[in-house]
Amino acid sequence: MAIAKPYADIPGTIIFDADMARIGFHINQFALSLMKAENRERFKADERSYLDEWAMTEDQKQAVLDRDYNKMMSLGGNVYFLAKIFSTDGLSFQVAAASMTGMSQQEYAQMMLDGGRSPDGNRYLHEQKGKI
Amino acid sequence: MAKITAGVTTSHVPAIGAALDNGKSNEEYWKPVFAGYDFSKKWIAEQKPDVVILVYNDHASAFSLDLVPTFALGCGEKYKPADEGWGPRPVPDVFCHQELASHIAQSVITDDFDLTIVNTMDVDHGLTVPLSLMFGQPEAWPCKVIPLAVNVVLFPPPSGQRCYDLGKALRKAVESFDEDLNVQIWGTGGMSHQLQGPRAGLINQEFDNNFLDKFIDDAESLAKIPHLDYVREAGSEGIELVMWLIMRGALNEKVIEKHRFYHVPASNTAVGHLILENK
Ligand SMILES: [Fe+2]
Repeated sequence: MAIAKPYADIPGTIIFDADMARIGFHINQFALSLMKAENRERFKADERSYLDEWAMTEDQKQAVLDRDYNKMMSLGGNVYFLAKIFSTDGLSFQVAAASMTGMSQQEYAQMMLDGGRSPDGNRYLHEQKGKI
Repeated sequence: MAKITAGVTTSHVPAIGAALDNGKSNEEYWKPVFAGYDFSKKWIAEQKPDVVILVYNDHASAFSLDLVPTFALGCGEKYKPADEGWGPRPVPDVFCHQELASHIAQSVITDDFDLTIVNTMDVDHGLTVPLSLMFGQPEAWPCKVIPLAVNVVLFPPPSGQRCYDLGKALRKAVESFDEDLNVQIWGTGGMSHQLQGPRAGLINQEFDNNFLDKFIDDAESLAKIPHLDYVREAGSEGIELVMWLIMRGALNEKVIEKHRFYHVPASNTAVGHLILENK
């Protein structure tokens, strides 16, 4: 019997469970390799060939090259692993998070200063109908 | 005899560490965050704990997908700050109280909690930011630290109840250690935050304040909150709050609230901080 995944109806959220960890094994291990300064240098010098050293799918590699974090997560990436990529780029968690929301960096920072994103209307997928 | 005298909970936002390390703690944005810990620094200078059992989670720094332990107790001699992608934080190494750590491992595992023992690992912002918030920027940390890393990265983390019960087993373990030691337990992480996806930036002040209220004298009910509620209400990373329940379980049923602080935002996160002393 399949394991219930009640969290699937939370909008805008991908839960990094065992299935996602299986799909994302290589992209996450690649990201972690960037914790070593010499690997960061090699990656920055030639991203494509560095990525080719990892058994990642072409989609996963392209998502990394595009710095499309939502795509990376939909392909099994986990944000704490992927953090090593945006840290390598010299970007903060807030800049990276903003890029996932479709908001500009300024809009996102202002939303946080104003108390953050309200849970109201953001708890269930069905609440999001009509929204993007 | 060793005794757990007090507990601390605090968020462990990486940007707080970066602000301190880069001399930005006096900037308007960060001032109110650090001000929330002014009392705490004075308090801990008076308390002078010998050992802190520091409950935190590793954020894919020490534990890759090679190995994901649910509860990992640090029993090694020392731990260095991890390089999380921008070089290690310029903070002191952490020295463990190895005799107490191995005593805890033996006691707690005998009590049915199947801990993993870690002798070699680096410790990331989850462990070092709370030390910075409580102790500032000393040359060396003024006490020994026993790291207790909890998996909250790969779903599902341990349940709130399991964490709360582990806290109780930790208290029993500490109280059966012969040496006279002033031991504190810290639970870190949270409060509401989501770092991923289009819903990033979620903050739920009502959930957080209710959690802080009940944490003092109704932690049993908090222990029953299912994972799904944390994720839905407090954001996908808000689930770190289960680690606070380990701290609470390790304290007496009756505690005195010495300090409470709540602030939004630090980067993407609601900062919560409590100091509780055993009655
Ligand atoms: Fe964390």
